Amino acid sequence: MTGMLPSKLISMRQAVAEHVPSGSMILMGAELEQMIPFAAGHEMIRQGRRDLTLVGPISDILFDQMIGAGCVSRVMAAWVGNASSGVGYCFRRAVEHSIPNAIETVDYTNFTLAMALHAGALGVPFLPTYAALGSDLVKRNGNLREFASPVNEERLIAVRALRPDVAIVPVQRADTWGNSHLWGNLGVAIDGARASRKIIVVAEEIVAPEVIASDPNRTLIPGFLVAAVIHEPWGSHPSPVQGYYGRDHGFFAEYHEQTRKQEDFERWLERWVLKIPSRLEYVKRLGDSRVADLRVREHAFTAAADFGV
Amino acid sequence: MAPRSFSRGELMVAAAAREIRDGELVFVGMRLPMIAFALAKRTHAPQATGLFENGIIRDEPALAPLYTMGDPPNLRNATFCGDMISVMSFLQQGKVNVGFLGAAEIDRFGNLNTTWGRRDGQPVRLPGSGGACDIACLAQRTVVMLAHDPQRLVSRVGHITSPGNGTGNGWRRSQGLPARSGPSAVITTMGVLRFGGDGEAFLASIHPGIRVEEVLSNTGWTLRVADDLAVTPEPNEGELAVIREIDPDHFWTKT
Repeated sequence: MTGMLPSKLISMRQAVAEHVPSGSMILMGAELEQMIPFAAGHEMIRQGRRDLTLVGPISDILFDQMIGAGCVSRVMAAWVGNASSGVGYCFRRAVEHSIPNAIETVDYTNFTLAMALHAGALGVPFLPTYAALGSDLVKRNGNLREFASPVNEERLIAVRALRPDVAIVPVQRADTWGNSHLWGNLGVAIDGARASRKIIVVAEEIVAPEVIASDPNRTLIPGFLVAAVIHEPWGSHPSPVQGYYGRDHGFFAEYHEQTRKQEDFERWLERWVLKIPSRLEYVKRLGDSRVADLRVREHAFTAAADFGV
Repeated sequence: MAPRSFSRGELMVAAAAREIRDGELVFVGMRLPMIAFALAKRTHAPQATGLFENGIIRDEPALAPLYTMGDPPNLRNATFCGDMISVMSFLQQGKVNVGFLGAAEIDRFGNLNTTWGRRDGQPVRLPGSGGACDIACLAQRTVVMLAHDPQRLVSRVGHITSPGNGTGNGWRRSQGLPARSGPSAVITTMGVLRFGGDGEAFLASIHPGIRVEEVLSNTGWTLRVADDLAVTPEPNEGELAVIREIDPDHFWTKT
């Protein structure tokens, strides 16, 4: 059993302090619209991180918040905005007017970003694809380069490998060594975690190693790769975590309405990030009825799989 | 004009559903195309399979209003939940028959822009490709759905996020894009555009109650009109019943 393995359980504050210095390249939002590590991003904002490179295909409003808070100098993404409302105002202000600071955008497509992380996970310098041929993205992103295939007459795009410094991966449950069960759509989480130099797991629940070992097909991140485990219930709100809580659509709509101007965004940031010391306080601010509305109403457990010998 | 018993959104959904044939692999997307996929499944295409770029495959559409493809009802009772590369691999192999896209701008050759727009003469940074460029490059057929106005249907997009026919016939092959791929239909709030052998869009059908002159004056280039211009078929009662079951509050289909 893994009972003899040391615990990596630490607080979000400690994890960000130890593992996410300013200047880091950070993968977040790897599971796409579900399980976005908002609690981790908020802690980076509170600790005043600067000059971060954010990597993630579709980060929903998390990247927008971190850009607005001045934490970011570069974004490597396929889509940045608000999945409910379209545009992200902080992203627009930074790109169009350098408010609060100029950022570099490195535009990918979903598939080419997945390929970049797959190459990183495989430990090769690039992978070939037909995606993005003929797109203007290739003209402006130096990590997508046309080349002639060495084995036939075709032209392809070479997608340069990405190796983020840290991947922050929300999971449904983990043991304290970091062995993690996650389920639902996975996006680029598995490749992204393997490609990254460090993995921080953010778990809704901490479980005994026996729970993990009972269903090894669901162990998508093995603990030996993990630098830190954080127990942070509601750590992905307002994005959903399958089996734990739904997507808070209203929160995305309110964010859209409340961040049209930089001063409005700063008020939003005070209220939801800067003046909130912990996720526990954040959940209190959401209020009991909102939290109750988001909880799973009707459980849908999988059929058991027999690992008997 | 007499009031109609269906909304324009419902007409567009019915038109989009007809772009899906039975047994096809479909890159579904959200909002109107999601409802169109569900409608096709319930009517003429029961063996179509839906793919979502976040890693989901569904034999049966989720019967709940979704804001994103990662909403919990889209994961529950899915056929498959895995990673993006698993799903995109089918796209790159050329197995995906049809993919649905939206756009801020489309031009006469079906190129799409979702990266840089303009408002009052100033550049506006839009969210970007997401998976749209991948689908536009690799799906056998792409179907675009958008509102018909001259700011959106432009002669030439300022930025090609997702390639259509580039500058015309032969361009896709010259770029190295797969032979069997490219834009097939553009379903707007006024009609349906298709593409000629020269790669340029033409008006193939017009929605009931819309005049050709309205379409032309709301298009940013001199749009050609098919000799055999059709009227887009109205959704029948059975189709409307399915659409209203999926979107009971007309959240996506009200206009």
